[in-house]
Amino acid sequence: MTTAIQPGTGTPAEDPQILKVSKEGEASGKASWAVKIGLSVLCFLWLMPVLGLLINSFRSRDAQFSSGWWSIIKNPFDSTVWTLNNYTQVLGDNASGTNMGKAFINSFIVTVPATVIPILIAAFAAYAFTFMEWRGRDIMFIIIVALLVVPNQVALVPLLKLYGTLGMNNTFAAVWLAHIGFGMPLAVYILRNYMAGLPKAVIESAKIDGASHFTTFWKLIIPMSTPALASFAIFQFLWVWNDLLVALIFLGRGDNTILTVALQGLQGQTGQGRELIPAAGFVTIIVPILVFLSLQRFFIRGMTSGAVKG
Amino acid sequence: MATVKFDNATRVYPGATRPSVDKLNIDIADGEFLVLVGPSGCGKSTSLRMLAGLEEVNGGKIWIGDRDVTNLSPKDRDVAMVFQNYALYPHMTVADNMGFALKIAGVNKSEIDTRVKEAAKILDLTQYLERKPKALSGGQRQRVAMGRAIVRSPQVFLMDEPLSNLDAKLRVQTRTQIASLQRRLGVTTVYVTHDQVEAMTMGDRIALLKDGLLQQCATPREMYDRPANLFVAGFIGSPAMNLVGVPVTGDGEVKFGSHRLPVDRAALASAGKDVVVGVRPEDVEVTSNNDGMALTVELVEELGADAYVHAVPKESGMKMYGEEEGISKPFVARVDGRRVPQKGETIYVYPSSEHLHVFNAETGVRLG
Repeated sequence: MTTAIQPGTGTPAEDPQILKVSKEGEASGKASWAVKIGLSVLCFLWLMPVLGLLINSFRSRDAQFSSGWWSIIKNPFDSTVWTLNNYTQVLGDNASGTNMGKAFINSFIVTVPATVIPILIAAFAAYAFTFMEWRGRDIMFIIIVALLVVPNQVALVPLLKLYGTLGMNNTFAAVWLAHIGFGMPLAVYILRNYMAGLPKAVIESAKIDGASHFTTFWKLIIPMSTPALASFAIFQFLWVWNDLLVALIFLGRGDNTILTVALQGLQGQTGQGRELIPAAGFVTIIVPILVFLSLQRFFIRGMTSGAVKG
Repeated sequence: MATVKFDNATRVYPGATRPSVDKLNIDIADGEFLVLVGPSGCGKSTSLRMLAGLEEVNGGKIWIGDRDVTNLSPKDRDVAMVFQNYALYPHMTVADNMGFALKIAGVNKSEIDTRVKEAAKILDLTQYLERKPKALSGGQRQRVAMGRAIVRSPQVFLMDEPLSNLDAKLRVQTRTQIASLQRRLGVTTVYVTHDQVEAMTMGDRIALLKDGLLQQCATPREMYDRPANLFVAGFIGSPAMNLVGVPVTGDGEVKFGSHRLPVDRAALASAGKDVVVGVRPEDVEVTSNNDGMALTVELVEELGADAYVHAVPKESGMKMYGEEEGISKPFVARVDGRRVPQKGETIYVYPSSEHLHVFNAETGVRLG
């Protein structure tokens, strides 16, 4: 981002893509065989449980309980083993009374606002912390950063009591607010640090061009901060999606229950419906996997975006 | 188009004891190209930013035309600024960059389009209008920054070292382009630079600052021919003026080695026993007779038509002004390139009397 404003001394960057590719090629060319083998082993070890989960989720109850998932290697085309039954049961109503299909939608209802709202508020806050002059600015920022070290668990009981008096327990609004609050300090911190690295002259130039704070924010700062915004959005999305504790406490089980809570519910029942767990587990992790695979570019870049100017 | 007036404008940064810009008074005429020049930290950029509204004015006033803009926000001042690092908006195309201010001002699309195209034509940017800044060279980016200012047709152009990020050759080219463009558009311009060559070649007038204080504000010719004090004398001109501390003889003359220079009596009256005599390299008379200050040639710079002779005084009594302990400052003289003295040779120099500068040794102020 910032390279665009840095002075170029001579030739125009005719095709920045070519440069980039050749650089990456050079870097990977340096990896020795030992490194490659080591990494392959690591990847294999990490992928193994997921693979087992995936295979088991398509096997019948009898097959799951009589043999391990690796037994399919011997006889992969035995049609008596394979079934889609687990998924149809998990996604619809089943004996255990857990509807993962509904929980899947609930998970989205919880996660999307709990991701978008804190980013929006944090971006506004980060702008004010970076580009506006006001009394107590530094102290406020220190307080917000200090909140990073306070564990969320400390707030659970007071929040539960507060929601109780307000009659908000087991509503979506309750989890939204909790997630927004818990995610906010990190969001403000990351975004402010990123914005502080943006060239000041650009903001001053906008000031002279007649842009109000509002215009500067939407037309310049937001587009220029995309890497930091994207990386935080991914973090927050994954964190909220995978969260069990906050949802269990403030949403509980029932109509509004989300995937993680539903999955845990399946596990609780003795014996009955245990064959559904692999399928349910896969339904739960499919979204994080897709998010990660499609946005990994931002994910890796974003990790450093707060620290060093990208 | 408008006049600009700094009226005792002062800026004190919070926590600083000394003002960064101290009671600055400059009147800039309509359509004038004024260059603010000085060493780094002299307050030239701060002055410009005060005029832009990016820096608070702690004392005095600033006027653009007949409006007091001291407390107006930047957008109400009707000025356009070109930044040192251009400050282009990286995610916008060249056309959007140039049209941004107009878009905010609510100018309609077709009008923006015509004005952007017009400016692009002037600056030779037409074929790059759809590119992003990162796909442009340094010189092209610089022109986009200029274009952004031109499109707005403001009352005043402000330029903060716009050439310092270009390579030497491009800098000289762009220097002439900016100067001629300014003359053509006739917009009042305030230009900040630390490069005295840029200041000399571009400005209608130059304002030289040091430590937040205005040293002299005059035309390049005047600055060169009649520097108001020792600092101006040493700053303007390349190679710099030779400044030599010499004794006053008492009868309206100063002694320059064995050469006696007549100086206005009235002027000398205010000086002490010593004065500083300034002489530009091209105003030095070089002889081999024993007349003037004896120097030993240390180095000769051959430039073809001319040569610059760097030499050090032979007698210990002569002192180059501004010379520090242990580091000798050479006396520089321009000589005919076809008759240069040899290294180690002794030469005698004295200033030609029509271009003599005499300064008070204590205060540094010009005498007469």
